[in-house]
Formats: sequence, C-alpha cells, structure tokens
Amino acid sequence: MKNIIFKRLIMIIPVLLAVTFLVFGIMEMTPGDPAIAILGADATPESISLVHQQLGLDQPFLVRYGKFVLNLLHGDLGTSYKNNLDVMGQLMQRLPNTLLLAGLALIFATAVGVPVGIISARKQYSLLDNICMVGTLLGAAAPNFWLGLMLVLFFSLRLGWVPATGMVSGAGFAKSLIMPVITLGFQSAALIARMTRSAMLDVLRADYVDTARSKGISESQVTFRHQFRNALIPIVTTMGLQLGVMIGGAVTVETVFAWPGIGRYILESINLKDTPCVLGAVVMLAIILAIINLIVDIIYAYIDPRIKSQYETITGKRR
Amino acid sequence: MAQHKDTKAIAIRSRSLLQESWLRFRENKTAIAGMTILVILIIISISTIVIDLVDGGATYDKYVISQNLRQKLALPSAAHPFGCDEYGRDLLFRMLWGARYSLFSGIACICLATIFGGTLGAIAGYYGGKVDNFIMRLMDVMMAVPATILAMAIVAALGANMRNLLIALAIPGIPKYARVLRSSVMTVKGSEYIEAAKAVGASDKLIILEYIIPNAMTPLIVQATLGVSNAIMSIAGLSFIGLGIQPPAPEWGSILSSARTYMRDAWHISVIPGLAIMISILALNLFGDGLRDALDPKLKK
Repeated sequence: MKNIIFKRLIMIIPVLLAVTFLVFGIMEMTPGDPAIAILGADATPESISLVHQQLGLDQPFLVRYGKFVLNLLHGDLGTSYKNNLDVMGQLMQRLPNTLLLAGLALIFATAVGVPVGIISARKQYSLLDNICMVGTLLGAAAPNFWLGLMLVLFFSLRLGWVPATGMVSGAGFAKSLIMPVITLGFQSAALIARMTRSAMLDVLRADYVDTARSKGISESQVTFRHQFRNALIPIVTTMGLQLGVMIGGAVTVETVFAWPGIGRYILESINLKDTPCVLGAVVMLAIILAIINLIVDIIYAYIDPRIKSQYETITGKRR
Repeated sequence: MAQHKDTKAIAIRSRSLLQESWLRFRENKTAIAGMTILVILIIISISTIVIDLVDGGATYDKYVISQNLRQKLALPSAAHPFGCDEYGRDLLFRMLWGARYSLFSGIACICLATIFGGTLGAIAGYYGGKVDNFIMRLMDVMMAVPATILAMAIVAALGANMRNLLIALAIPGIPKYARVLRSSVMTVKGSEYIEAAKAVGASDKLIILEYIIPNAMTPLIVQATLGVSNAIMSIAGLSFIGLGIQPPAPEWGSILSSARTYMRDAWHISVIPGLAIMISILALNLFGDGLRDALDPKLKK
C-alpha cells in the first residue's frame, strides 16, 4: 500500500510539469503588455524595456518557463506584476478560505445526500422517493450562483437572519459561512443523493443481502453493514469528483458572497492581467486536485479489501 | 391470410434502431416533457433570430437594447409581465432574445468538444499502444486543471467574446468525450465483424468510419446531451462573473450579474433569469436521461 501511494505521488510530477507548461503557454497568449499595465499608457519605450528586463520578459519563452519550474521547486511562485507581493504568500492567505468553504460544502452535501439516497432506495417508488428524486432533479439543475442570490434575497434581505455577503471575523464567522456553504454544496448534495440511490438499488437484492437477512440480523445492520458498505465505492467516487468541482467552481459562489477565496483571486488577477498570480493559483489548484484524487484512491483500498489486494498485486508484479 | 401475417412479422422485424429507440423514448413521460420544453426553447431561439434577420435588428434595438429610464426597475405588471430591468428594458423581451445564447452556444460548444474529443478517443482506442498512451496522458493533463479554472484562463488569454467563450468551454470538455469514445471503441474493436472486415482487407479508415464509429456512438451521444446542460451552466456562470458574453447582450447569466445591485428593490430581475436557466437545464437533463434509457436499455436500472 505504501508503495502504491509513493508511486502515485511520483506520477503527479510529470502531470504537474505538463500542466504548468499548458497554463504558461495559455498565459503567454494573453494580449496586453504587463509593462504598460504597470507604467501606464504613456510610458516611454526605454522605461518599458527596463521593466521588461526587471520582470525577465526579454528572455525567450522556454527560458522563462524553465526558471518558473526551478522556482516552483523551491516553493516560489514569483511576485505579482501589480503590487510586487509574493504570489505564494497571497495564495496561502486565500487558499484556506476556499478549502474551508469547499470542505464544509462537501460535508453538507454528504450529510444531506447520503441519507436522502438511502431512504429513497429503501422506499423505491414510494411518494417519499418521488419527492426526493424531484428535489434532486431541481437541485442538480439550479445554477449555484443563482441559488446563492435567492438565499441572499430571502434570508438576508427579507428576513435579515444572516449577513448578505462577506466574511465576518469573530463571533459572526460561523454565521457568515452558512449561506456560502449551502450554496456551494447544494448541487453536489443532489448528485450524491442520486448516486447513493442508484448504488443502493444495485445491491438491494444481492444474494449476500438475502444471506445476511436469513441469518436473522436486524434490518438496520443489513442496510449499513451489508448494503451501504458495498454501495460506498461509487458514492466515494462522486464525493471526490464533487470536491474537485467545488474547489474549481467556487469562483461564482465566492463572487456572490464576496468571499475572499482563491477563485476570486484568479478572477481579479485575470482582470488585472497579472500573469504570475493566475499561473501560481492554477498550479496550486492542480496540485490540490491531484492530491484529492490520490486520497480517493487510498480510501477505496480501505473500503474495499478487494481493491487493496489488487493494488498490492500490481506493486508486487512490478517490483 | 398467411401472407398478411408474414408481411406484418417482417415489418416488425425491420424496424430500424432509430424507430426502436423512439418507441422506447415515447413511453418515458418525463423525457417527453423535457423534449417539449426543449422544442419550445428552440422555437423561441429560432423565431427571434428570424425576426432579427427580417427586420434588420429593429425589434432587437427597440425592445431589447434601447433604454427607457421612466420605467426603470418596474415590477411585473400587465404591460410588462416580467417587469423591467435597471435601464427600463422589458425583461420578457430580454429573456426571449437571450434564449439563443444559452441554447445554441451550449450545443455548439459540446459539438466542438465531441468532435475533437471523439476523434482523439477513436484514434486512441483503435490503435492502442503508444498512440493511445500519448493521447490519454495528454487528456490526463487537461483533466488535472479544474474545468472552470481552465476555461477562465483560456478566456483571459483569448479575450472575452462569444467565439472565445465557446473555445474556452469546449477545450476542458475534450478529455471526457475522448475517454467515452475510447472505451466504447475498444469494446467494439474486439467484435467479430471487425475481424471479418480486417480479414477481407478493409482499410483502417474504412473500418473506423463504417464499422466502429456507428457502433460506438451511443454512449457519446448520451454524454453529449447531458454535456449541453453543463455547458449552459458554465456559459451562464462565466457571464455572471464577467468573463462571458458581455452586456448589453441579453445573456441570462449576465442579466443575473447586473441584477445583484438592484436586488433590494427589484427581486424579479434576479429571480426570472435563474428560473429560465434552471428550466432549460432540467429539460436537457430529463431529455438526456430518457435518451440514455431509450438508446441503451442495458444501462437502465
């Protein structure tokens, strides 16, 4: 198992190299000269070329890319064109906000989605099941930024229960999290509920379930120890995918709630044509996504011993 | 008598795959409901485009773009069933004229992604080995960046307009369709009729185009239909954060974006466009699910 984890960690490196190259290439095509952005439109050619030298922009593309990768290895993502701040430092301020938001949203989505899915599957075709499934269809179709606006409209402007936007420090912090978390997690809750339902239906009438019942164990034990555990793989897959989608897609929710996360940071940097910031943030997100995928794979092995032994035979063969 | 029976039997047997699928699809009421909504949306989009073409954009300029500040933020009434926006423009007209952006750009974007992704996937699946490895590692790299973020970076690089938005949303979609078609091509490749075609000396091109693609298309079509709803969501989302279709064009997401400022006084501007987006996506999802069940009964649970 340790071997597999190590191997997967090593495999992240070439992917990251390629990702940085891809994004570096995309940002290279961005129109507009950062020197003009810094100096203003009436800058003289001499001062522009001086700034180019300072930023290293006079060097060829591959040299700059190479330098970027070397610095990345030291944990240095460069400095912002706009305010000369260290990109890594700025990211470290913003990243926890997004991770907190997405993590809580995933917990919310699981806490709602899994029970709804289990109940729907156990009472298939009942009124309750139909109501839940219509709810998940609507939930999956509602754009999250619009849902956020609706929550603000109702709970902040009408009822005044929670602050409309922003991150409140101190006692109000938890309160200011409620709406962003629900907004970001709602769609995932719907998808997790649907996935849980169909995964549970798959195992509902499996032979081993009949065996378990015939042994005379209680119905809740049948549900949780025999059915749910076997239905977990697709559910965990969906959760992992959803966490990635939420971290990447948080930008709209962060915009609605003026949440100081990494999505808004990228958006602001894009609008300011601040290439090092965009690049650094995208690379950071790619690293996080790769780690999430790895964690999901490790969780598989713990849920399903069959997968664990599969992993072990793979490493055994290759060694 | 006997003759009649025979012709009837033959008629039943000779139903094409398309007819068979349609018969199954027809029985699915929610799928039909989804399709009906879609048809209505398509009719709205096409008729507004036709109106624009016929009168050279006069209606568009008069009702959708030109401002009338006297009825600024007017609430829904008999004269303006959906109310008016912050410049006094009738929201109903803006919604109708905005339908085309969501629908057609969603479809166009997925067409781009399926054509490129499908081609790459078919090549990877058919040739296997090094080619497969190279293409699929490339796809892994593209999947390593969150789709929304990749789209944002591409829009930033190319500039925010309609065409670039389509490209930016199509590119992150490519790996998904490549994977889908690759795996179905690999399944079909092993079948006996492909071996037979090879044995009689058919060329690679002929085998791919004539035998493999038609047999491997079903999962791709289903994925693509469901992908359109994702694309619509992304187009609205990017326009909402200001990287998509720019105002004054009446794109639903960008209407929502400007509605935020006036939420306290004019709830209708932020409610109606979102409902419209939700209904379109719901319709596409229902249609797509129905299509999946009809085209591939094996997948139905």
